[in-house]
Amino acid sequence: MTQELIDTAVFEELADAMGADFAAELVTTFLSDAPNMFAEMTQALATRDADAYRRAAHSIKSNAQVFGATLLADQARDIEMATMTADASALTALQTNFDQTADVLKALLDE
Amino acid sequence: MSDLKGHLLIVDDNKVNRLLMSRSVELLGHRASVAENGKIAMQMLQNDTYDVLLLDIEMPEMDGFEVLAALQKDVSLRDLPVIVTSSVEGLDNIVRCIELGAQDYIPKPVNKTLLNARVNSSLEKKRLYDEQKRLLQRFATDEVAQDLQETGFSIGGQRINASVLFCDIRDFTALSEDMPPEAIIELLNTYYTLMFEAVTSNGGIVNLMIGDGLMALFGAPKSLENSAQSAVTAAQEMLNMIEMLNEERAMENAPILRVGFGIATGEVVAGYAGTDARATYTCIGKTVNLAARLEAHTKMVPEAILLDETTHRHLLDGRQCKTMPVANFKGFTEAQQVFALR
Repeated sequence: MTQELIDTAVFEELADAMGADFAAELVTTFLSDAPNMFAEMTQALATRDADAYRRAAHSIKSNAQVFGATLLADQARDIEMATMTADASALTALQTNFDQTADVLKALLDE
Repeated sequence: MSDLKGHLLIVDDNKVNRLLMSRSVELLGHRASVAENGKIAMQMLQNDTYDVLLLDIEMPEMDGFEVLAALQKDVSLRDLPVIVTSSVEGLDNIVRCIELGAQDYIPKPVNKTLLNARVNSSLEKKRLYDEQKRLLQRFATDEVAQDLQETGFSIGGQRINASVLFCDIRDFTALSEDMPPEAIIELLNTYYTLMFEAVTSNGGIVNLMIGDGLMALFGAPKSLENSAQSAVTAAQEMLNMIEMLNEERAMENAPILRVGFGIATGEVVAGYAGTDARATYTCIGKTVNLAARLEAHTKMVPEAILLDETTHRHLLDGRQCKTMPVANFKGFTEAQQVFALR
């Protein structure tokens, strides 16, 4: 599970380069900030605001890449590149992936 | 080169990215400030000085493209190095950033070694640019320096109407023969300080200094409502200041200074002349020659300030002048009407 959702090599490199404490702080920030990005996406989908929708997906992608959350990043990238025709199911799938990734990241923090 | 430490402004709408970039920059020994979007960044740039901008593209309120465009329009910010840090998709977006004046592009997640190299090279570029600006301000006037910054440097000129003022200390060589070198330079420095003040406070620029002589231009590069009047006022102020200086010198039993001024108004060709490596803002044309001849003519007539007819015609109060006998100057086929300022 861990292997699939988080590329541990990327995560370890981040911890090495920036310090373990800082990496932990970064994860905490991501986990607390991500719900805002998902809320933005949900609202953008409802109001058909393509720009805001794409921008929030872009943010999730960008952060996912920082932690080596490759799958989450790819999924967010697909949404970013797609047009507004994307239905709510893509967002739901992204949210599910995020929840699982978040669990792995939390587990990594406890290690 | 890697010893240069700078103040960087990180512009990113994402909290994690801001934290990460700040930390990376601080680990490299630089100071970091952050802005959440382009709008806030532009405000911060007005209030503080930064050496390099690390700019995200995708942002609400004002995105990275808009920031780059706004920087280009601002003379004081145009040369701030910008490194775009983004995970924006598509090569065309990156190309657009470079075309809008970005120095460099680093994809996110940012590689620390790459960031170090790019920031150092940008800081070096900023340092060179600042140095160039300082040199420019020392050797050129503010107006020329600003003109260069706004329009860029290009050899070439334009025809404009302007007033040219020549000024020179009478018999300076004889005067300086009995003076120690330090005293000569000190006297020249005092003289130039007074002259520069009078020229610049009247909107002119000093564009030539040779020994004890100087040439000033009124009406270019900054246009003036009445360049003739400005030049004449500057000459009067200079003369007043020389008189004050002479009072001081008389008390010290030092020989007094006598100066002569020649002012002519008309069309000149003004612009940057020289080579790409060394050039100066200058002007040439008949008006320039006439001003030089008038200044030389003050040696022949007992008058300190001589004007040509066009300058005289533009004066707000022409009655302060007296008409002199016409003069034949070298290089001019027609005799010139000369006026002396009383």
